[in-house]
Amino acid sequence: MSLFFALFFVISIVIFAVSCYSTLGIVRHGLPENRFDNPGKRFNNMLKYGFGQKLLFREPYGNVHFVMFWSFLIFAAADLEMVLRCIFPVFTGISDKVPPVALLFDVAPALTLLAVLIGLARRFFLPPANIKDRSNDVLKMLAVIIILILAYFGSRGALVASGRSLPDYLPLSSFVAGFMANLSPENIDFLASCFLSVPALALLFFAVYVPYNRHMHMVTAIPNSFFRSLEKPSALKAEDFRAGNTFGAGQVNRFTWKDLLDTYSCTECGRCDAVCPAANTGKPLSPKRLVSSIQENLLANAADLKKGRKPSVSLIGEGKASISEEAIWSCTTCAACVESCPVSIEHLSKTVKMRRHLVQMEAKFPEELLGFFENMEQRSNPWGMAPSERTKWHANADVKTFEAGQTEYLFFVGCAGAFDSRARQVTIAFTKLLNAAGVSWGVLGNQEKCCGDSLRKLGNEYVFEQAVNENKKTFADKGVKKIVTHCPHCFNTLKNDYGLEVVHHSELISKLLKEGRLKFKSAANTGKVVFHDPCYLGRHNGMYDQPREIIAMTAGETPSEMGRSRERSFCCGAGGGRMWMEEYTGTRINRARVKEALGEKPGTISVSCPYCLIMFEDGLKDEGAFNDVSVKDIAEMVAERI
Amino acid sequence: MLVVTCIKQVPDTTQVKVDPVTNTLVRDGIPLILNPYDTNALEEALRLKDKYGFRVAVLSMGPPNAELTLRKALALGADEAILISDRAFAGADTLATSNVLACAISKLSEKEEVGFVLCGKQTIDGDTAQVGPGIAVRLGYSQLTFVDRIENIEAGRKTVRVRRKLEGRHEVVESFFPAMISVVREINHLRYPTVPMRLNSKDARVTIWDNKVLGLDPNTVGLKGSPTWVSKIFSPERTKGQILGNGMADPEGTARLLVEKLKEKEVLTF
Ligand SMILES: Cc1cc2nc3c(=O)[nH]c(=O)nc-3n(C[C@H](O)[C@H](O)[C@@H](O)COP(=O)(O)OP(=O)(O)OC[C@H]3O[C@@H](n4cnc5c(N)ncnc54)[C@H](O)[C@@H]3O)c2cc1C
Ligand code: SF4
Ligand code: SF4
Ligand code: SF4
Repeated sequence: MSLFFALFFVISIVIFAVSCYSTLGIVRHGLPENRFDNPGKRFNNMLKYGFGQKLLFREPYGNVHFVMFWSFLIFAAADLEMVLRCIFPVFTGISDKVPPVALLFDVAPALTLLAVLIGLARRFFLPPANIKDRSNDVLKMLAVIIILILAYFGSRGALVASGRSLPDYLPLSSFVAGFMANLSPENIDFLASCFLSVPALALLFFAVYVPYNRHMHMVTAIPNSFFRSLEKPSALKAEDFRAGNTFGAGQVNRFTWKDLLDTYSCTECGRCDAVCPAANTGKPLSPKRLVSSIQENLLANAADLKKGRKPSVSLIGEGKASISEEAIWSCTTCAACVESCPVSIEHLSKTVKMRRHLVQMEAKFPEELLGFFENMEQRSNPWGMAPSERTKWHANADVKTFEAGQTEYLFFVGCAGAFDSRARQVTIAFTKLLNAAGVSWGVLGNQEKCCGDSLRKLGNEYVFEQAVNENKKTFADKGVKKIVTHCPHCFNTLKNDYGLEVVHHSELISKLLKEGRLKFKSAANTGKVVFHDPCYLGRHNGMYDQPREIIAMTAGETPSEMGRSRERSFCCGAGGGRMWMEEYTGTRINRARVKEALGEKPGTISVSCPYCLIMFEDGLKDEGAFNDVSVKDIAEMVAERI
Repeated sequence: MLVVTCIKQVPDTTQVKVDPVTNTLVRDGIPLILNPYDTNALEEALRLKDKYGFRVAVLSMGPPNAELTLRKALALGADEAILISDRAFAGADTLATSNVLACAISKLSEKEEVGFVLCGKQTIDGDTAQVGPGIAVRLGYSQLTFVDRIENIEAGRKTVRVRRKLEGRHEVVESFFPAMISVVREINHLRYPTVPMRLNSKDARVTIWDNKVLGLDPNTVGLKGSPTWVSKIFSPERTKGQILGNGMADPEGTARLLVEKLKEKEVLTF
C-alpha cells in the first residue's frame, strides 16, 4: 500500500515540477540580466520582503496575512514531514523528538486554517476596494488549502491513534486521534492512506491548474524577492547606442527574464492600482493590468517564441494582450506601485522600456513632446527659452560664480529654477540662505544645461546620454566636486544617474538651521502648514525627514500630514515628463492632490520641488483657493524669517 | 524623380544680438540651427517621398560645419546630401546664392529628373525670401511661393496643385512642374528622427561640391558676384513706451483701459 502511495506521490511531484518548468521556461525568451550578483544582500531581501512580508505590515490586515503566510510555510514543512513519514516508515521525523517543533507543527496549520477563514469572511463581508475585480480562483485555492489542512490533521491523528506519534505535544492531532480510538490498526492504516493521498492529489491539482491561472506567484514570489532590484526604482539601464542595435521594448521578448518572471509573481492584490495617481484619476493606466497584459502578451506569443519567430501579437497597441500607448504615456514614474508591491515587481522600468521603444525606434509620442524634445536638443532646456535667459534671475540676487578650486558647492539651479518665473523666487530665496549662512557656493550661469531627467523618464535615452556627456564634461572642466540643488529631479538624476555627490537643499538648510548658521529675525507667518512629499525626494531617495525638520523649526510646529504622505505620498502629476504633456483623460492629478491638501485646512502648502510648486499653484487656481492658501518652498519659508 | 530641398544653417536668432559699437551680429557662442522654415521644406519633401516614392536630395551652401545640419536631414530620411562649400562663395547676397544653388540643381538634373525644388519661405537671419524665387527664375521652373499645402501631384499631366497662404486669404493654384515651392511654417511639423536613423546617418556620406565641380564664373559668385552689400545692421532704438493703468493692483481697470486703447487704434472694432 505505502509503495503504491509513494509512487503516486513521486509521479505527482514530477508532473508538478514539469508543469512549473514548462510554464516558467518561457521567461528564458527575455533578455539576459544579472540578478545573481551580491547574493548576501539578495538573501537578506528574500528574508525581509519574501518571508518577512515587510510591506504588508503597513496595512490593517497585514498581520493576518503574515500569520497566514508563515503558518502556511510551517504547515508545508509539517505536511512534508508527514508525507515522508508515511511513505518511508523508517523515517521517524524530527517533530516527535523535538517537542517545540511538534507543538509548532500542530498549532501552525490550525492558525493557517483560522487565517484562511478570516480571509474568506473578510472577502465576503468586507471586501476592500482594491481587490474587487480579483478573479474567483482565489476561492478555489483557499478551498484546496482548507482540505489540505484537514487531511493533514487526519493523517497526524492516524499517526497518534496508531501509536507512532506520542500525543504529548500534539493537542489538536490527539483530539482528532480520539475519533479513531475504536478503529482497528488496518482501518487506521487505510484512513491514513486516504488522507495521505490528499496532498498528492493537491499537487496534481496544482500541476494542472497553476500554469493556467495566476497562482504561479505561490511558486515565484519568494524567488522574485531574491531577484528584487538592488537599485533605486528610478534606476534604468543605459543602452548601447551602436548601429544595428534595437532599443527599448517593442515586443515582449525585449523585456528581461526578470521582467517576465515579475508577471508570474503578481498576486493580483491590486495594491499598485490603489496608490497609482494615473489609475486614481481615470487614466487608462493600471499598473496591475500593465503586469498582467505583459504576461498575456507573452502567452499569446509563446508559440512564436518557442519556434524562434518574431512575436506576432504586438506588445504595444489596443487589445487585451497589449498595452495601449495612452497607458504608457500616463505614468508619472512616481514609483508608488513599485513601493507598494508585496512581491517586488518593477513596473516603472517596464513602462520606460516601452517608452524607449516608442521614442527611439518609432518616433511615436504625444505631439506636445515634439516641442519638448526639440527644445532640449536645441536649447538644452525644456522651456525652449534662449540659454541667455538662464541667468535672468541674477539681477535679483547676490550671485556667486563657481570658481574651480575655491567654491565648495556648485549650486545647480535647474531649468525650473532658472526659467519659470515662480520657481525663480525659490532660487532667489535659496541664494539668500546660502549667503546668510556663509556657505561657499557658485553657479555655472549660461553654461548650465538641463540634467535630462524628463528626457530619461520619457524614454529618450539617446538624447539623455548626450546631455549626460556634455554636463559631465562641463563639471569636470570646472572642477565641480559637490552639488546642491533645490530640484529633486535634478537631485535624483545628478546623484543616481550621473553618480555625483549631490545634496538637496532640504538637507543643507536643515543642517544649517541645526548648526545655528541661520538666525530667524521675524516671526513665523505661515498659518497651519501641510507638507507634500515630492516623489523624487521621498520614495525615490528616502528623504522624508529633512523638509519636515525645516518646517518644524521654521513654522514652530511639525507639519500636518495628509492621509497619503511619506512612502505613500500621492504624486503631484509632473514627474516622468508628464510636466510637458497635456492631461486629456480623467481628472487632473494635481487637482486631486490639491483637494487632499485642502482637506487639512492649511494656511500654507509646503513643497520642496519646483515642479510640485507649479502643479500646486495651478491646482489651487483650478480649485478657486489660490487667494486663501499659499504654496511655498521650504527655502522660501525660511528666507521669509531671516 | 528627385525633390531637391534647399536648407540653410543659421544662427539661432532668438539669441543673436547686434553689437551696438560695431553694428555687426554677435555670433560667438550662438548655436547654429537649421533655418526653421527649412525644417518645413524638408518635412514636405520627406512626405512627398513617403507618398509618391520620390527621392530626396538636400542642398546647402555654407561653411564646412553646415555638414552637421545635412547629416540631420539624412537621419530623417533624405537620400542624398550635398554641401556647396568654397571660399569663393563666401559673402554671397541673394543673387549670388541663387545663382550657385541653381547651378547645383541643374547639375543634379543631369543624372535624374528634378520635379520639385522645395525652399523655406525665408531664412531667419537674412529674411529676404528671395533665394527660392531666384532659383526658379534661373532654372525656368514654375514658382509657387508661401505654400501651406501641397494638394495634389499628377505625374501624367505633370501638374501640381498647391494652396498658398496669403494675407487673410488662401489661394489654390495649379501649375506645371518642375516647380520651385517655398513653404510657410503652417504646412507641417518636422518629424523626429529615430535612433537607428541617427546612428546610420553618422557614417552617411555628405557630398561636398566646390567651384571646381560647379565651374561657375568667379565674378558671378560670392562677394564679387553680389551687387548688394549690407552697409549697416542696427537694432532700432526703442522709443520708450508708456505704462498705463495700475497693473495687477487693478486688473479690471487695466483690462478696460487696454480695450479702449485698442479701439482707439482701430485694432478692435466693435
Ligand atoms: C543680417 C543680414 C542681412 C542681409 N541682407 C541682405 C540684403 O539686404 N540683400 C541681399 O542680397 N543679401 C543680404 N544678406 C545676405 C543674404 O541674405 C544671404 O547671404 C543669402 O545667401 C540668402 O538669403 P536669405 O538668407 O535671405 O535667404 P531667403 O531668400 O530668405 O531664403 C529662402 C530659402 O532659400 C533657401 N536658401 C537660402 N540660402 C540658402 C543657402 N545658403 N543654401 C541653401 N539654401 C538656401 C532656403 O530654402 C531658404 O528657406 C544678408 C545677410 C544677413 C546675415
Ligand atoms: S509609477 Fe506611479 S504613475 Fe506610474 S504606474 Fe506606478 S504608481 Fe502609476
Ligand atoms: S503588481 Fe504587485 S501590487 Fe500590483 S497587483 Fe500585482 S502583486 Fe499586487
Ligand atoms: S530636471 Fe532639473 S534640469 Fe531638468 S528640467 Fe528639471 S529642473 Fe531643469
